[in-house]
This record gives sequence, C-alpha cells and structure tokens, in this order.
Amino acid sequence: MKGALKPHEAAALIAPGASLMIGGFMGVGTPERMIDALVTRGVGDLTVIANDTAMPGRGIGKLVSAGLVRHLIVSHIGLNPETQARVIAGDITCELVPQGTLVERIRAGGMGLGGVLTPTGLGTEVQDGKQVVTVEGRPFLVETPLKADFALIAAWQADYVGNLNYLLTAHNFNPIMALAGARVIAEPDAIVPVGMIPPDAVKTPGVLVDHLLTGAFA
Amino acid sequence: MSDAKDLIAARVAQEIKHGMLVNLGIGLPSLVAGFVPESLGVFFQAENGVIGLGARPPEGMQDRHLTDAGGGFVTAVPGAASIDSAMSFGLIRGGHLDMTVLGGLQVDALGRLANWKVPGKMVPGMGGAMDLVTGAARVIVAMQHAAKGQSKIVMACTLPLTSTRRVDLIVTDLAVIEPSDAGLTLRERAPGISVAEILAATEAPLILPEDIPEMRL
Repeated sequence: MKGALKPHEAAALIAPGASLMIGGFMGVGTPERMIDALVTRGVGDLTVIANDTAMPGRGIGKLVSAGLVRHLIVSHIGLNPETQARVIAGDITCELVPQGTLVERIRAGGMGLGGVLTPTGLGTEVQDGKQVVTVEGRPFLVETPLKADFALIAAWQADYVGNLNYLLTAHNFNPIMALAGARVIAEPDAIVPVGMIPPDAVKTPGVLVDHLLTGAFA
Repeated sequence: MSDAKDLIAARVAQEIKHGMLVNLGIGLPSLVAGFVPESLGVFFQAENGVIGLGARPPEGMQDRHLTDAGGGFVTAVPGAASIDSAMSFGLIRGGHLDMTVLGGLQVDALGRLANWKVPGKMVPGMGGAMDLVTGAARVIVAMQHAAKGQSKIVMACTLPLTSTRRVDLIVTDLAVIEPSDAGLTLRERAPGISVAEILAATEAPLILPEDIPEMRL
C-alpha cells in the first residue's frame, strides 16, 4: 500500500520550476485540492501541460491567477480571459497545440514512442518549424513526445495499491497523463479497500501511481 | 424563427441524418441539437469525453463529472459511452465522426476556415477544431454572415487557418453556401432575403445557379 499524503505534504514534493501535467477539461477531472495546496505553498515558475486553464477561480485558473505559471502547453485558453491577458502581455509563454495532437504527444511520451505522425495542423501555423513526412502517399506532421516531472491526476476512486477509475467526462487527459509523469500524484474522491475496484474497471493500474492524496472526506 | 442563431441552427439540423455521430462546437453550433428530433437516433459527441450527449439536467440534478466541451452541465442519453481524450480524438481524427458543426471567424473563397485566433487581440486556441476539421467526414460551418459590417466570407482569410481542408457547407443567417472545386455556390437564401442582398454582404465571389430557393424551415 502507498501512504496517503495530505495535500500540503504532496505539494512539498514539487519544487519551483517543475513541469506539471494536470488532468482536467474546463476544471472537470482536475485535482483541485492539489492545486489549492500548490497555491498556498506558492510554488512558482511552473510549466503546465494541460488541455486548458479552466476559468478564473477554478482548477488551473487558480495557478494562473496566483502568478505561479511561467509556461503553458495547452489546446485552449479561450474561456479564461485572465490567461489570455497574461499571454498577450507576455507574462506567460504559451504553446497552443491541437487537442488531439496534445493528447497523442502525451501518450507518446508515456508509452515510449519517438513522437506522433498526424495530419492535423498541416498547412497551418502549427506546421511552422516542424518536419513533414510522407507515409503511403499522405503527408503528416511529426510531433514530438511530451513528458513532465509530475503528473497530477484526478480520479473517482483509488484502492490501497493505487488502482484508479474515473467517472464520465472526468476521464479526459487523466488516464493518459498517468503514464507520462516521472512521478504521479493521484487525487481520488475516495480511497477504497483493495478488491473494491474490479480488475476490469481499473483504468489506471496502480503500478503507475507514486503517491495518493487522502480522500476528499478523510 | 426567434432569431438569426436559431435560424442557422434549424437549417444545419436538416443536414443531420439518421444514426450519425455528430460533434457540435461551443456556442452557436451547440444550439443545433435542439432542432434534431430524438427519433433520428443521432449520437452527439462532446470531445471532452462523452458519446451520447443529452439535454441540460433539471435544476439541482447536475453532476460535476458530466459536462460538455464548454464546461456546461449536461446529461447522457441511454446508450451513451464515456471515453478519455485519446479515444475521443481517435474517433475524430480517425474518420469515425460523421459530421462536425463549427463556428467560424472567416471562410475564404476556397472554402477554408479560420476560427481559432485573432493575432494580438484574441488567442483562444484551436482546442479540438483543427482535429475536427481534419478528420470529420463532413464539416459544416455555422456562423453569422457578417460581423461589425464586415463579410466573414472573404476572398482570402486574413486570420490563421484552422485547416487547409475545404469545408463542406456554410450556413449563415443569410444563406447556405456550398464550397467545391468550382468555388462557392449559393444554394439557398434565408427567408425574405434576396440574392442581391447576399451578394452585397459577401466579399468572396459566389456562383449563382438558376434556382436559389428559400431555406425551408
């Protein structure tokens, strides 16, 4: 069994300047308690790899509002005007990546692949500076793998060995990011005894998870 | 029709056929679902991870784990499936999605869409739009014909392209326009709108067939 950490103990593992993959889509399936602890601790200069930055006051939006983010690799910031303003002002650098490409780059990083070949972005700004290869007569962009120092995952249930499952649209990037962080911290709603999550229902095997946060009501 | 957006949504809904898997973008395109009869057996995909998106839940019945791509609370229909983002975009990019309906900032004379960035002013990001336009079997742009007096159907996009792929249909508050190798063909007029009014509101050249009927809504 892995020891369950309080949010402030988990945040203490993360040093300023770290790269973080953070699960979630508009704040749904985002490890909120973990983010609150990072804000409290004031861990800054972060690189955040995520689908989006949610909105002010929610999820990754809290890290942005607290001025803790230096670089973003995301697909969308349109619903967070504060992130947009900081990017336009140059306070945050931002690499915008098509969502399907972003998740595949993370998957490649986590699964030991040298990158991804995708037609998405061909002939657009996204192609700038990238290699194009032709496979079976079709052109593809070469997109590089992504990894991070930490993956911060939100799950529904975890068991004592760290097996995770997810609910509905709170899956999103979480199961993919769980492969691509050098250290994986999972924040479940609840921790249940081993055996409560049937093997067929496990979406992220516990062997990938380094630390569990205590359950939401612990 | 109560307003221009409903008119566009109702006309787009007519393009949706029985049993399709359809992705609707944030904003105006999301209104389309309200004009598709349940009996059509259509599954709507939200790219954040559900196939079988349903209506808004009753007040007090929201589930924080079930939202659409705009972050709004939704329900799921019987037969729905929840999926992660890799599966979601595998469906989109892999040719498994029958149709996507997206908003637009500009469409050019070649039928190419720009909808993700206004350099220096607005950088919302492409989100799933580039994958959707690249991978969906059919791409429909649903947008106002003009913004601030400027035509959104232009000779050449001044804004960054979403994809070089030609979209399949443009539905606006004034017209239905079909891009093809020949150019942009004016297919239908909105109720009470003349061909001359459409031409005056359109920067790109339009091909005019003999018969240009009113939309049947």
